[in-house]
Amino acid sequence: MAKTRVPAIDGWFTTGDEPALVGSRGTETGSYFFPKSVAFSRNPTAPAEKLEEVALGRRGRIWSFTTNYYPPPEPYVAPDPFVPYTIVAVELPEEQMVVLGQLAEGADPAALKVGAEVELVLGTLYEDDEHEYEVWKWRPV
Amino acid sequence: MTDVAILGVGMHPWGKWGRNFVDYGVAAAQAALADAGMEWRDIQFVSGADTIRNGYPGYVSGATFAQALGWQGAPVASSYAACASGATALNAARAQILAGLCDVALVVGADTTPKGFLAPTAGERRDDPDWLRFRLLGATNPAYFGLYARRRMELYGATPGDFARVKVKNARHGLTNPNARYRKEVTEDDVLGSPVVADPLHLLEICATSDGGAAVVIASTDFAKSRGTKAPARIAAISTVTPTYPNTVIEMPNFATDSSAGVKPPETTFRDSIAAKAYDEAGLGPDDLDVAEVYDLSTALELDWYENIGLCKAGEAEKLLNDGDTTLGGRIPVNTSGGLACFGEAVPAQALAQVCELTWQLRGEAGERQAEGAKVGLTINQGLFGHGSSVIVIR
Repeated sequence: MAKTRVPAIDGWFTTGDEPALVGSRGTETGSYFFPKSVAFSRNPTAPAEKLEEVALGRRGRIWSFTTNYYPPPEPYVAPDPFVPYTIVAVELPEEQMVVLGQLAEGADPAALKVGAEVELVLGTLYEDDEHEYEVWKWRPV
Repeated sequence: MTDVAILGVGMHPWGKWGRNFVDYGVAAAQAALADAGMEWRDIQFVSGADTIRNGYPGYVSGATFAQALGWQGAPVASSYAACASGATALNAARAQILAGLCDVALVVGADTTPKGFLAPTAGERRDDPDWLRFRLLGATNPAYFGLYARRRMELYGATPGDFARVKVKNARHGLTNPNARYRKEVTEDDVLGSPVVADPLHLLEICATSDGGAAVVIASTDFAKSRGTKAPARIAAISTVTPTYPNTVIEMPNFATDSSAGVKPPETTFRDSIAAKAYDEAGLGPDDLDVAEVYDLSTALELDWYENIGLCKAGEAEKLLNDGDTTLGGRIPVNTSGGLACFGEAVPAQALAQVCELTWQLRGEAGERQAEGAKVGLTINQGLFGHGSSVIVIR
């Protein structure tokens, strides 16, 4: 029986064919925030501005990347045997911010280049007997 | 005149001793008091740099050290600012002195660390970004260091060999430092042959976690004079700045940078602003420096700091290193102590250890690692979550 796919964290991204990170935007300044800020704007030029929930752009360019070869401590749920994983920092053009994410399964870290375009997909972060826990990942375009 | 005098400094050697952090803090405090020629009971203010790893006594470190040294009634403060805790504790003590609320203060930091990666506080903590970055990304501290190092290679053409030579230099500097944990020469091949942790960085390029303690006794310049202290090293500036919005460089433990969509980034980046504030306060500049202790959490980060503290322009740090300018005997020796490369990180003690090293350098007491004629030194460091840490020491 197939495992049920559930988000590894609630409210941080949308699912479906075109998943996106859920952030917020200041209605006065247009500053973006991720994870989303709800109660207050962190932009000191408009501390009272209202915030609206927005889907962040799904494409950006690689700012930098690194592959981890040692199992991190908990609460990371590392497979046994451990599998190295790559973290990619991506510049979003509209939001003018850099967002981290793991590299999508199946993508070759050796082929990554700073400046190359990537898009947001969902992938498996870890699984247990009944569930696959999903998280956002970056995949080269 | 905002200088305060450094009457005494002391350390407990760095290592993996496995004892309670209080032991190291007390040993360092006693060493600093002896160096100052002071009795503990004459200290008028005690300032602790906190460790969050060692339970409640670690969160109230000022009182913990005061109790361990024997209650004598001094007012107390305890500061937590991650890697910058030592500078924040030092600044709390300095403020008391400059405000005229006390004449002489003791500042102490010490840590006992577990083996391996620094980890977030235990438990299910879904509202804690430090917990979430491990859970959702596996973004360890070395992962952030790896991102910065790769960026340096991309922007400036830095090579793995450049990074490795930082470690070679620091290992040589720390060879005879009695407080250093690692006292062994390494070659570029040793570094590049060690396992990759977070590429492009190898095991020997990422600082270990250590046990250790450091302490500083500071006093008003009048108090120092009244005791007949001749030409003490003095603290001319302490910078504990936070970033200015929007901070456009990804920082631990964040998932994203601030956005520049609504507000232009400041002209000075956060890391540049840390030393800039210290220079401004001291009325000095990078050209005045004789020595510097920079926070080499990774080899590549040491190169970033050269630029952030103004030793050279952006993109020129590799040349500065490879020309030998930052090696003992060069124009501006960096990490004469051996740096984190030789110490490993004992978080709340580290910013104070940097001040200890500068004090010994400026007094001409650094032995075989002495930088000749050093009169002005700067420390630079940064704590998780936006804590700047820079101290300028002069003599």
